[in-house]
Amino acid sequence: MKKVKIDKKRGEKWLPWVIPALILIVWQGFSGIGIIPARILPSPTEVLKAGVKLSASGELTTHISISLWRALIGFLIGGTLGFILGLFNGLFKYIDLLFDTSIQMLRNIPHLALLPLVILWFGIDETSKIFLVALGVLFPVYINTYHGIKSVDRGLIEMGQAYGLKGFSLFTHVIFPGALSSILVGIRYSLGVMWTTLIVAETIAANSGVGYMAMNAREFMQMDIIVLSILIYALLGKLSDWLAKLCENKWLSWRQLS
Amino acid sequence: MDQKELLVLKDVKKSYSSLSVLKGINLTFQQGEFISIVGKSGCGKSTLLRIIAGLEAAGGGRIMMNGSELQSLNEAARIMFQDGRLLPWKKILQNIGLGLSGDWREKALEALRSVGLEDRAHQYPSSLSGGQKQRVALARALVHEPQLLLLDEPLGALDALTRLEMQRLIEAIWQKNRLTTILVTHDVEEAVMLSDRVIVLKDGNVAVDQVIEMPRPRQRANPAFTKYSEEILAEIMGTRSARGTVLVALSH
Ligand SMILES: Nc1ncnc2c1ncn2[C@@H]1O[C@H](COP(=O)(O)OP(=O)(O)O)[C@@H](O)[C@H]1O
Ligand SMILES: [Mg+2]
Repeated sequence: MKKVKIDKKRGEKWLPWVIPALILIVWQGFSGIGIIPARILPSPTEVLKAGVKLSASGELTTHISISLWRALIGFLIGGTLGFILGLFNGLFKYIDLLFDTSIQMLRNIPHLALLPLVILWFGIDETSKIFLVALGVLFPVYINTYHGIKSVDRGLIEMGQAYGLKGFSLFTHVIFPGALSSILVGIRYSLGVMWTTLIVAETIAANSGVGYMAMNAREFMQMDIIVLSILIYALLGKLSDWLAKLCENKWLSWRQLS
Repeated sequence: MDQKELLVLKDVKKSYSSLSVLKGINLTFQQGEFISIVGKSGCGKSTLLRIIAGLEAAGGGRIMMNGSELQSLNEAARIMFQDGRLLPWKKILQNIGLGLSGDWREKALEALRSVGLEDRAHQYPSSLSGGQKQRVALARALVHEPQLLLLDEPLGALDALTRLEMQRLIEAIWQKNRLTTILVTHDVEEAVMLSDRVIVLKDGNVAVDQVIEMPRPRQRANPAFTKYSEEILAEIMGTRSARGTVLVALSH
């Protein structure tokens, strides 16, 4: 009985990886027999070789770390601003009346549409990329923090007040934990926005970073490096999502039945 | 028996926009009394209780607690709600310790013990049954050692057996602490079973203020029990019989 259960668990762990592995195998196979020409799509081993070569020269690490740095700084700035705005608008009626409508209007401008303007303002140095990432991250974090706080069960707030909580203690014991799952949804979503924004910004307006590496490779028809860049972006995206999920599991552990 | 007035309501009114919910409630609650408030759904029982708890301001009249007028939160009262309102993100012990400071753990454990759930201290509320949740909510109210315990249909959502068990627990705790208790319920038998006095709210007024004189523990089989229950129910439903009645109607 017990053994069957363990096997089942292991199966559940590996099952999600079956399709990616299958694709990789088929891709490698088709490239090998020439169904996919190298000019269209290099084989996985070619991509791997390009990765090894670029790591050896230190180029890859430089590009990845600069992209990571931009993502992180932009995320921190935008996320913090969005969180604070969401918090204050969610908590205080008059601040809400003052800001929310304006924020909702700004939210309807796709932040990537600002790219030409941003290049004119800041050139193609770090500020432009960080600005765009921060802007992209700000709104999802704002909206979800705001709604999270607005949708905390009124009954629980009343109960907290009846038990002597007010101000900051009411916030830490009742309002913030009640809003947390929504806030985390916002953060997880904004991590996706963070990477897409960075990809676009780095592809168009940069002279370093993973996006630049891909654009640069395009000029020399280095297919393997282009595909490598795409895969790196995918991995970074997966990594940040995984981290967000880890936080979710840790901070929302009460949601699982104990 | 020397009696002290703990809570006095003088002409308490409340309306929501055009809806007049309480039209001038006059009531006096003695220290150590167990009082039930009954009435149809929507007649303003919860509103009255929230006003007594200081969670909501009255639209008129005065609320005197311990001789002084209630201005904001009633610090000497603790309220328990029908839906428990435990914080799902806090373990049971932390839920009970909510709003306590200093050496709260020992007190919270003691309170949890008094409702017989000390072994669940470190679990989340989601692992409890409905009746257990209400017991935790009761412990959370008791741990503050309030002078006044307000119960807003705390047993309304429980099944019949759990209800009986909880009624016994509430009565036992009341007998032990002689804690002034106001129970809001729509179950007339529950009110008669537990209370020294039953108050019927109707059309925003106190329709009946009935002292229940029966020895405890009370038996449902007691003819007086049936009589009280039937009379009060008739009063609520507006089908009170014309023949002789033990009820004293307070009409202002
Ligand atoms: N915050 C509120 N705003 C408007 N109407 C309310 C509010 N609270 C209660 N009411 C109304 O007041 C009446 C009495 O409500 P309540 O005290 O909850 O009744 P009960 O507890 O006796 O069922 C109901 O008609 C209800 O709709
Ligand atoms: Mg009610």
